[in-house]
Amino acid sequence: MTLIKTKIGRRSFLKTSAAAGGGLMVSFSWLAACEPMGKEAALTMPKEWFDFNAFIKIGENGVVTIKCPNPEFGQGVKTSMPMIVAEDLDADWKQVIVEMAPFNTDLYTRQLSGGSQSIRQGWNTLRMAGATARHVLKQAAAELWQVSLEEITTDAGLIFHKSSEKSMGYGEVASMAAKLPPPDAVELKEPKDFKIVGTSRKNVEGLEIVTGKPLFGVDVKKEGMLIAMIVHPPAFGLKLKSFDDASVRSLPGIKNVFSFQTFNDDYQQNYFDTNTFPELVAIVGNSTWEVLNAKKALRVEWEQFDHRSFEMDAFGNKVTVDVPGGLESSLDHMARMKELNAKPGTVLRKDGNPEEAFKKAAKVIERTYSAPFLAHNTMEPMNFFAHVMSDKAEVAGPLQAPEFIEKTLSARLGMPLENIDIKMTRMGGGFGRRAYSHHLVEAAVISQKVGAPVKLMYTREDDMTFGIYRPTYMATYRAGLDENDKLMAFHVRAGGIPESPLGRSANRFPAGSVDHYLAEEWFIESNITIGAFRAPRSNFLAGAEQSFLDEVAEAAGKDPIEFRLQLLERAKNDPVGEENDYDAHRYAGVLELVREKSNWGQERPGVSRGVSAYFCHNSYAAHVLDMKMENGRPRVENVTCALDCGIVVNPDAAANMAEGAIVDGIGNAFFGEMTFRDGVPEKSNFDKYRMIRAHEAPRSIEVHFVKNEIDPTGLGEPPFPPIFGAVANALYKGTGKRHYNQPFLGEGITLG
Amino acid sequence: MAIFNLNVNAEPRQIDVDPNTPLLWVLRDHLDLPGTKYGCGIALCGSCTIHVNGVATRSCQLPVSAVGNNEVITIEGLSEQGDHPVQKAWLQHDVPQCGYCQAGQIMSAAALLKSSPNPSDEQIESAMSGNICRCGTYLRIKEAIKTAAKL
Repeated sequence: MTLIKTKIGRRSFLKTSAAAGGGLMVSFSWLAACEPMGKEAALTMPKEWFDFNAFIKIGENGVVTIKCPNPEFGQGVKTSMPMIVAEDLDADWKQVIVEMAPFNTDLYTRQLSGGSQSIRQGWNTLRMAGATARHVLKQAAAELWQVSLEEITTDAGLIFHKSSEKSMGYGEVASMAAKLPPPDAVELKEPKDFKIVGTSRKNVEGLEIVTGKPLFGVDVKKEGMLIAMIVHPPAFGLKLKSFDDASVRSLPGIKNVFSFQTFNDDYQQNYFDTNTFPELVAIVGNSTWEVLNAKKALRVEWEQFDHRSFEMDAFGNKVTVDVPGGLESSLDHMARMKELNAKPGTVLRKDGNPEEAFKKAAKVIERTYSAPFLAHNTMEPMNFFAHVMSDKAEVAGPLQAPEFIEKTLSARLGMPLENIDIKMTRMGGGFGRRAYSHHLVEAAVISQKVGAPVKLMYTREDDMTFGIYRPTYMATYRAGLDENDKLMAFHVRAGGIPESPLGRSANRFPAGSVDHYLAEEWFIESNITIGAFRAPRSNFLAGAEQSFLDEVAEAAGKDPIEFRLQLLERAKNDPVGEENDYDAHRYAGVLELVREKSNWGQERPGVSRGVSAYFCHNSYAAHVLDMKMENGRPRVENVTCALDCGIVVNPDAAANMAEGAIVDGIGNAFFGEMTFRDGVPEKSNFDKYRMIRAHEAPRSIEVHFVKNEIDPTGLGEPPFPPIFGAVANALYKGTGKRHYNQPFLGEGITLG
Repeated sequence: MAIFNLNVNAEPRQIDVDPNTPLLWVLRDHLDLPGTKYGCGIALCGSCTIHVNGVATRSCQLPVSAVGNNEVITIEGLSEQGDHPVQKAWLQHDVPQCGYCQAGQIMSAAALLKSSPNPSDEQIESAMSGNICRCGTYLRIKEAIKTAAKL
């Protein structure tokens, strides 16, 4: 039995009927107004609901509603987070309905999808929500039956008193139980007793998705709603000079054309307020097509800015951000990166005496890797609904992190936070892009100006050319082997535009497994904006490092898995340094599992194999990728994947996400690239920006999980970074050529 | 502006719009059928796929003036209860992640099965190569199509 204090997040567990019934939280719900589907249609709705806490209400007939606190962008939290609540509530999953929770930082902590943290950081809170409700249900039953609480048991929505053979459903005692105060401490289930967590449950919105129900931000529609679009500078380094509104004002359906600043001049931005183009032109009209036509016709003049700077509050640190002027090009970026990567950088970690060790080494291997800027390209382009009235504002749309933007919006509208309601819709993808919600503020500013509800829509071209990209990176790795081919020295120097990939990762493997280690970094300023992209920084480092380790293993004449395991053995038994931020046992565990499941070492004719492993975002991932050459082109035959993310909440959905991360990684390794010429993003739609397609995906993927009872960690990001290395290593085996610069298409190789 | 009489999901619908308006925006803005999605506007991602006389068609590139009285079916009209074999197979394989592209994927898959009731892997890959899934659910899509072929 695990007893856990309910003090943390206690407000979530107090009875919340006042909050749940009041004002803004339920002030608009047209998305829910669609016909009930799936379970809601199949279940008989109760006559009355009884609120237990911010997560749970139970009807008199035993139907349970569980609210999902975090926004859904395809990672499956809308199913898995309620599963965790249902587990410790001991609910019957067939009787559970899931609702999106309102955004409310008083009731919920961390309503944020990002960093693969939803399950990890939600775990205890979600379990407590279920357990506290179960506790008061049992308590009410004990009172009703006049028996001791200890003799009461539950199972799948039913309460039992075994010795007197009494039983009843949760619904029968819900009204009584909901009035009881939550306990000071609650009993959580042991993992061995889990009945829901660890079993595969279908996506709770599956039926709505396959029948085309309005779930997404772009589907929001409200009486009197206008459509808005923005026109932004066509190049980084440009700003608005003037525009000729007369050129489009008289076009059919057009209501208004004006320029606006997303933030006020005196506003101090936060870290996620990334605002690529401070001033935009808005076009507002009756329908999407009419606004699109006006957008094409609008005549705008742009001019270069010299330099701008702004104050930022980066998690409490006040910093001045300098944005250089100039029109940047990818060719110059590459040249400047090479230049800086050849010089010493800022030392992040140093163990032993790397300089001396490299001099003494019997063999030294040095290789340089690079990767380009990437656009997120969520299938649902940026958009937001906003209805700003004189005294309140309602906004709804796709965003990963409402708490990052609420104060920004409040400051911009000059409206107190409590008068602003942010509704989280299902997102058509996120991948980090929707942690930055400038488009929400833009929609609200436009609505305020025109005095009407507005849906702001980005075109695909707007979405792809608006910045907030994955940065471009370069890294040089150097390894020294002694006369026995043992790794004695390791050196990584990495940087990027406009950030280094290494800052938070210098203490990762192989640090800790080698006596002489050096990590250093550099960066180059740019006016091209960047942001989180599925496993930020790791998504470059893993591919470079794991490709490099493959070459070092080869130079040492060792099997690449065995070579890594020997290093991890050192990290387990006699680690170098004290700040190694990985668990060498778990790291080795995924390599051992992938070695077993892939039948590593069994050669198959015509199949080349590459291995890669990485630790990031608290979870461990290893892949073995099998490639075949068909008609002179590589085709991924199979990927065997081993993951350690602790307890797996929803195994089939978790496997789905790992499969997706693998496909995503293969696609980006071969095709992903944004380039610039004179500040202009050279790709603005899928004609030039190549995305992996059905015929380029692996023929099969097998996902295996390390079985343990460790509290769960995230999975959206960890399987993604190492796939780049597995691709590069299999390609080498298949073609005899090492690939150092992503995308590999640029090196003349494409998928079959 | 001009008046058009359309046959959408087996119902007569009348709208008054610019003749050049792509059917995608007519469906989404004017006919309250938002299941068909905008993804690229240039017929390269497949999110906007519908059926015109049973043929998978990108509605973002189809002007409303070219539709005539041809039979238009959107995801909302593919089945009455969400029980088209492709929809059932999609649920069985728990295909969607974010779900945004899936209406287009399902419409492409349903059209494929109409013309090729037992498609090979190569036929599936070829027929589905016009539909991008950013989440990377291609393997489940392929398995679901094979399941749907048996339903």
